[in-house]
Amino acid sequence: MEKRWEDMSSDEKQEELFARWMSPKDPQGNDLKFQSPQAEKAYKERITRIKDAIQMRKLPDRVPVFVIPSFFPVYNAGFTPREALYDYEKCCMAFKKLVTDFEPDAHIGAVAPGPGRVYDILDYKLYSWPGHGVPPEQSYQANEGEYMKADEYDALIDDPSNFFSNTYLPRVFGALEGLNMLPTLTGILEIYGVAFNFIPFGLPPVQATYKALFEAGAEAMKWAGAVGASNMEISAAGFPGLWAGFTKAPFDVIGDTLRGTRGIMLDMYRQPDKLIEAMEKLTPIMIKMGVGAAKMNGQPLVFMPLHKGADGFMSDEQFKKFYWPTFRKVMMGLIAEGAVPNPAAEGKWTTRLEVIQDLPKGKTLWMIDQSDIAKAKNTLGKVACMYGNVPSALLALGTPQKVKNYVKHCIDVAAKGGGYIVSNGAFFDQAEAENVKAMVDFAKEYGVYK
Amino acid sequence: MTKDLVKTLADLKEQEVIRIVEDRLKAKEDPLKILEDARKGMEIVGKRFASSEYFIPDLVYSGEILKAVTEMVKPKLSKAGEIKRVGKVVFGTVAGDIHDIGKDIVVFMLDVNGFEVYDLGVDVPAQKFVDKVKETGAPIVGLSGFLTLAFDSMKQTVDAMNAAGLRDKVKVMIGGGQITEEVRQYTGADAYGKDAMEGVSLARKWAGAK
Repeated sequence: MEKRWEDMSSDEKQEELFARWMSPKDPQGNDLKFQSPQAEKAYKERITRIKDAIQMRKLPDRVPVFVIPSFFPVYNAGFTPREALYDYEKCCMAFKKLVTDFEPDAHIGAVAPGPGRVYDILDYKLYSWPGHGVPPEQSYQANEGEYMKADEYDALIDDPSNFFSNTYLPRVFGALEGLNMLPTLTGILEIYGVAFNFIPFGLPPVQATYKALFEAGAEAMKWAGAVGASNMEISAAGFPGLWAGFTKAPFDVIGDTLRGTRGIMLDMYRQPDKLIEAMEKLTPIMIKMGVGAAKMNGQPLVFMPLHKGADGFMSDEQFKKFYWPTFRKVMMGLIAEGAVPNPAAEGKWTTRLEVIQDLPKGKTLWMIDQSDIAKAKNTLGKVACMYGNVPSALLALGTPQKVKNYVKHCIDVAAKGGGYIVSNGAFFDQAEAENVKAMVDFAKEYGVYK
Repeated sequence: MTKDLVKTLADLKEQEVIRIVEDRLKAKEDPLKILEDARKGMEIVGKRFASSEYFIPDLVYSGEILKAVTEMVKPKLSKAGEIKRVGKVVFGTVAGDIHDIGKDIVVFMLDVNGFEVYDLGVDVPAQKFVDKVKETGAPIVGLSGFLTLAFDSMKQTVDAMNAAGLRDKVKVMIGGGQITEEVRQYTGADAYGKDAMEGVSLARKWAGAK
C-alpha cells in the first residue's frame, strides 16, 4: 500500500518527487508519451545522472552537463528578444532549438522571456522589456525603486498578502491602481458586512483594474498553452525540465523588488529589527511557494535566484545577521517537504562558502558562477552538488579550445567523487554557439566516470 | 563638548553626526570647515571600503549621512568651497545597460579619492561619452556594464573615441560583473578593474597621482 505524503520522512518525500519527475504526466494526467523508446530511456538516464550527482550517495555514469541561458536561445535561433516576448511560437522554437543543438542533460523550458503583451496590458513598471524601455534586440532589465516605503514595514508584517494586493501591486502595475481601493475581505463577516464591502467593486477604477486583470489572464493562458506544449515536447524528446518553480531568499524579496538595494541597505542601519521581523514573516510564505510548485508539478528542484548575498554586497557579519538565517530557513523548509532547493549564486560567493555549507548533505543543488571552485569543492561541495563556473565572457569571446581547457579544469577540480555538473555560471545572452557546443560535448567526453 | 565629526561620520553614527553639525552651526562656525571634516570622514569611509572593513550598505549609508550634512550646511555657505581635485574622469554605464550599483560605487570611490567625476548615468550612448570628454577634457573614461551585451557597447564606445580622434588623449577603463581580460581585449579598453579599488588605482596611475 502506498504511504501517505504526511507519513513520509523528508528523505522519502525527496525520493517520491524524483520518482514522479522520472514518470512525467501530460496535462490530462496520463503518462507522457515519449517520442520513442530511446527518448524515454534517455530521459530516465538523464534524471538518474542528475539525481546521483545531487544526492551524492553514488557516482553518476558521467558528469552531467547543463546549459542555463537567459536570452541566448533566442539569439541562437536568429530572433530578437522582442520577438520572443511577443511571438510565443518563435520563443518556443528558440528554446527547442537550444535543446536539439546542444543536447544538455536538462532544460529550463521556454518560460524565461515571458509574455510581453501581459506586461503591456498591466503597464508593468518594475521592468523595462525589449521594445519597451530597452531596444528590441536586448534582454529585459529591472527598474529598481522603493516600491515599498521605509515606513511600511508594519503594514507588510501585519498582513503581507494584503500589502501585496493593495499597496505593492498597484505600484508596480499601472493598470492595477484600482486595487488600492479594495477593502480587506476579512471585513465580510456577516450580512451587515456584505453591502459595504462590495461598494468598492463598483467604482470605475476598480472595474477598470478587473478588466485589465481578465485581459492579462486570458493572454497569460495563451502563453501558458504555447509554452506548456513546447516544454512537454522537449520532455517527450528525452530532456527533463529542471525546475518545478521558484522561490527566493527573504532578504532578496525585500531588497530586489520591495525596498530596492539602497532602501534595504539603509534599513540595515536605521531599522534592522523591522527588517529582520519582515524577513521572518516572509519565510513561511517563501517555503510554501517553493513546496507548492514542487508538489504541483511533481518534481523536486526549486530554483532560487540569489542576488544581494554575494561577496562585496555586504560584510560577512552582515551576511550572517541579515541574509543567511532566513535564507537557510527557507531551504530547510523546502528540504523537509522533499524539495531540492537550487540557489543560483551568481557573481562571487567565495567568502560565504564557510557559512553556507551548514546544510544537510545531498539535499541542495547550487549554481556557482565566479566563486573559487577549488575552495567551493572543499566547503559547500562536501555537502552539496554544484553546477556552473564556466564564465559568460569565455562563452562569448573565447574559443572552443579555451572552453574545453576550462571545462577540463572544472571537472578535474570539482567532479572528483561526484557532486559536480558542468554548466555556465551565470544566465547569459550573448555567446558563440561553437563555444557552448564545446562545453557540452567536452563534458560528455571527458566527464565519464571510470 | 564637540565630538569629532570626522570620526563620528567615519563610524556611521548618523544621529550623532547630525547633532554635532547642529551644534557647530549654532556656534557660528565656518561652514566650510564642517564640510572639510565631513569630507575627511568620507575619506576614511573610502579607506575602510578599500580594506574590506566596509561594504556597500556602509557606503550607501555614509552617502545618506553626507547628504544630510550638506543639506544642513548649504544655506549657510556664501560660496562653494574650492576643493582641490587630482583629475577628471568621465564615467557611465554603457548603452543598453541600466545597471547602476557597480557604477555608483566606483564613482563614489573616485570622488572620495579626490577625482572630479562626470557621472553620465546609465544606458549612455557612445557619442555622449565622446561629447563629455571633449567638453571637459577629462583624460580618463570609465565604462561600466553588467550584461554580456555591454561588451559590444563598450567596444562601440572605444571605437567612437577612435573615430573622434580622442583615443590617444584618453585612457579607458572598463568594469562590471562579467568583465575579464578577454573582454578588455575585445573592447579595446586600456585596462579593466575587478572592483572599485582597482578602478581608483588605475585612475590614480593615469592621473599621475600617488
